[in-house]
Amino acid sequence: MELKNSREIPIGGKITKAGNAEEYNTGDWRTFKPVIDHGKCTNCLFCWMYCPDSSILVKDGKVTDVDYKHCKGCGICAEVCPRKCIKMEKG
Amino acid sequence: MVNIKELSQIPERLTGGHRLCGGCGATIAVRQILMGTKNPVVVGSATGCLEVSTTIYPYSAWKVPFIHNAFENSASNMSGVETAYKAMKKKGKIKEDIKFLAFGGDGGTYDIGLQALSGMLERGHNILYVCYNNEAYMNTSVQRSGATPFGADTTTSPAGKVKSGKDRIRKDLTSIVAAHHVPYAAQATISNWKDLVTKAEKAFATEGPTFINVLAPCFRGWRYPAEKTVEMSKLAVETGYWPLIEVENGIWRFTYKPSVRKPIADFLKPQRRFEHLFQDKNKHLLDKIQEQTDEHWAYLERLTSISCAGEKPAV
Amino acid sequence: MTKILPLTGDHAAAESMRQINPDVVAAYPITPQTEIVMSFSQMAANGLVDTELIPVESEHSAMSACVGSSAAGARTMTATSSQGLALMWEILYVASGLRLPIVMHTVNRALSAPINIHGDHSDGMGARDSGWIQIYCENGQEVYEMGLMAIRLAEHSDILLPVMVCQDGFITSHAIEGVSILEDADVKKYVGSYVPKDPLLDISHPVTYGPIDLQDYYFEHRYQQAEAMRTAKKKLPEIFAEFNKFSGKKYDFIEKYKMDDAEVAVLALSSTCGTTRYVVDEMREKGIKVGMIKLTVFRPFPMEEIAAACKNLKALAVLDRADSCAAQGGPVFNDVCTANYTLLDKKIPTLNYIYGLGGRDIDEAQIRNIINETVEAAKTGKVKKLINYSGVRI
Repeated sequence: MELKNSREIPIGGKITKAGNAEEYNTGDWRTFKPVIDHGKCTNCLFCWMYCPDSSILVKDGKVTDVDYKHCKGCGICAEVCPRKCIKMEKG
Repeated sequence: MVNIKELSQIPERLTGGHRLCGGCGATIAVRQILMGTKNPVVVGSATGCLEVSTTIYPYSAWKVPFIHNAFENSASNMSGVETAYKAMKKKGKIKEDIKFLAFGGDGGTYDIGLQALSGMLERGHNILYVCYNNEAYMNTSVQRSGATPFGADTTTSPAGKVKSGKDRIRKDLTSIVAAHHVPYAAQATISNWKDLVTKAEKAFATEGPTFINVLAPCFRGWRYPAEKTVEMSKLAVETGYWPLIEVENGIWRFTYKPSVRKPIADFLKPQRRFEHLFQDKNKHLLDKIQEQTDEHWAYLERLTSISCAGEKPAV
Repeated sequence: MTKILPLTGDHAAAESMRQINPDVVAAYPITPQTEIVMSFSQMAANGLVDTELIPVESEHSAMSACVGSSAAGARTMTATSSQGLALMWEILYVASGLRLPIVMHTVNRALSAPINIHGDHSDGMGARDSGWIQIYCENGQEVYEMGLMAIRLAEHSDILLPVMVCQDGFITSHAIEGVSILEDADVKKYVGSYVPKDPLLDISHPVTYGPIDLQDYYFEHRYQQAEAMRTAKKKLPEIFAEFNKFSGKKYDFIEKYKMDDAEVAVLALSSTCGTTRYVVDEMREKGIKVGMIKLTVFRPFPMEEIAAACKNLKALAVLDRADSCAAQGGPVFNDVCTANYTLLDKKIPTLNYIYGLGGRDIDEAQIRNIINETVEAAKTGKVKKLINYSGVRI
C-alpha cells in the first residue's frame, strides 16, 4: 500500500474500511499448507471451528476450500480433523 | 442447542489477514465467542496481542465497530460505549439491539485491568467481558501475570539455578468476579467449543454484566508445537487444570467433568515452560501443583454441591 | 432574559452542564470539584437532565468511559482536579489523539506531594502538552459562559479536540457570586445537537478506533492533531463572535485592561486578575502607566495576540500559579517569552513571579510590589532577577 499523507487519511487514526485486513496477505508466512481430501471429509466442520485465521471456507455446511491468501500453515486443522483427511504439504 | 452447521452460517466478524501468530489460541477464542450472538456487536479490546495484531494501521481485521483505548481500561472504556448506547436508545436515536463485548488478556484483566473490571461489574453494565487467558504478558514476550500458574517459567519468573519459575499460585479471577453478584460468570476453553459457544450465547442473552474466562493456549509462551493448541486446551480440561464451570445468579455448577481427572503432569509435560519441573530435584513442585489442582477442584465441588445439590451439569 | 443566581464556581459549572444536558457524564469525586458532581447528580435524580451518569471507580476510568462514550457518538462531559487529572493523564492523550470533543471542567488544585487541596495551576499546566484546549476562567460567570462555549468549540467540525474549562480551586469553585444565567431554551438552541463523526454505534458503517500506528503513520496522525490546535486558534475568533451574538458577552484570547498607553504590564490568569485589576486602578491613580493582560485561552497559545499587546511595553511581569521546576521559570512565563522573542523586534525586560502555590493567597500589597519592581526594570532596561517568588517564606 502506498503511504498516504496527513490530508489523505481520516483524523484520529480511525480505520473506516472495516475488515480491510482481508487485503493483507499472511499466506506467505507459511512453510506448510493444508490440503483437504474432500473425498474423505465428512463436513464435521472442526477444522473451521478451530482455525485461528478464519481460513477454512465453508458454504451451506460444507468445507469448500482453504483461504490460502491468509492461511499461516499452523497445522491445527490437520491435527483436529477426526478423519485425518487434511495433510500438511510443503508450500 | 448449539449446532456447528448453523454457527458456520454466521458471517465471520474477524477476518483473516490479521497478524497474530499462526496457531494462536486467542483468535480461536475470539471467533468462538463471536459465534454466541447474531446481533450486531461492538467490540473493545485492551492493549495486547489481540488488539495490536488485529488493527495495524491502516488495516483492521474487525468487520464490526471496534475500539481500543488503553491497557487497563477495556472494561471502563466499554462502560462508556454501553452507557452512550443506553442514553441514545432512550432518546430514540438508536433502534437496534446491539451487544457489547470487551476483551482483555490475562494481563489486562487480572492485573492492570482488575479495577476497571470490578467497577464495570459493580455498576451493572450490560457488557460481556471476555478474558482471553494465555497466562502471561505474551505480547511483550512472556512476562508473568496474576494468571500465570505456580511453577511456570516466564521471563520475569524464570527457572534458573536458584529459582524454579513462578513461586506464587495464580489468582482465581472467576471467583472474584462471582463475588460481584453478577448474573453470569464462567470458565471455558477453546477445545470444548460447544461448551464455550453455549456459554457465550447465555452471556450475550443475559441482562447485566457477564464474564467468561477463556483459557487460550499460546504456543510461543507455553512452548509446544503450534498445531497442538487445541490439544493443550483439551489436556487443561481433562486434568482438572482448567475446570469448566459457570456461576448463574450465585449458583455454581460444573458444565463438564472428566470421568477421571488425568494426572496434572499430562498437561505440564508437553509444555517447555514447565520442563524444569521434571528434574528430579523439583519433584516436590510437581506434587505441589497436583495438590493445588486437587484443592481447587475440591473447593469447586463444595461450591457446586451447596448451591445445586442434585442438579445435573449443563451441556 | 437572564436571571441572576447566587452560585459558587462549581455550581455555575453544574448549571451550565444542566442546560447543555449532555448524553453521558462519567465522573469521580475529588476536592474541590466534588460539588460539580454532587450537584449534577442531584439534578439527574430530580429529572432536570436526561444525562446517563456513570459513577466510575477512579478518574482514570472516568476519562476512559468518556472516551468510549464520545467515540460511541454521545455528547460527553466530566470534571476533575489535581490528582484526578494526574491519574487520567494517560487517557487525556488518548482522548485528544482520537479527536473526541469531550468537555471537562478542571477545578485547578495543587499536585501532590505534599498533598494540598487548594488552588493553583500545577494540574492544568501539567497537561498543557496533552492536545486539550485550555481555557482559564477568572470567576463563576466565566465558568458558566465558557462551559457553554466549550461545547461549540470542541464539536466544531474542523477542530474536534477535547476542551478543559479551568477555574481556581476553592477561590472560585467555593465562593458565591451572582451569576447571570441565560434561558434554558436559548442555551439549548445555541449548543445545538451533537452530530458525531464516525460513531461506533453506527453499525452500518463499522469503524475501528485506536489502531496501532507503526513508524509509517504515527507522525501523520500527530501532525493532524497539531494542525487541529492551529485551526482552533484560527476559528476561535468566529466562535467568540458566535457566543457574543448569542449571549451579548465578548470574550477573546486575552483581555487587555488599560493597555493602550501602558508602559508596564502584569500578565496573569484566572482569579488573580480580579485583584490585579484593582491594583492597576490604584497605581494608575498614582500616575503609573500600568496595565493588565488577562490570558483566557492558554491552549492554543495566542502568540500573536500577546506579542501585539506587549509591543510598546518597557517591562512586563508574568505571573505563574505553577512552577515548572525547570530552573527557568513557570510555564506561562516561558510561553510568553517565546511569543515576544519570536514576534517582536524589541526585547522587553520580562520578570517571572511564581506565586500562590498550594492556595497561598496573593494580595494587593504583593501585586503592588510586583508592579513596582517591573517599573524599576522599565526604568533601567534591565531585569535584576529573572525568576521571582512572591509570598513564600524563603
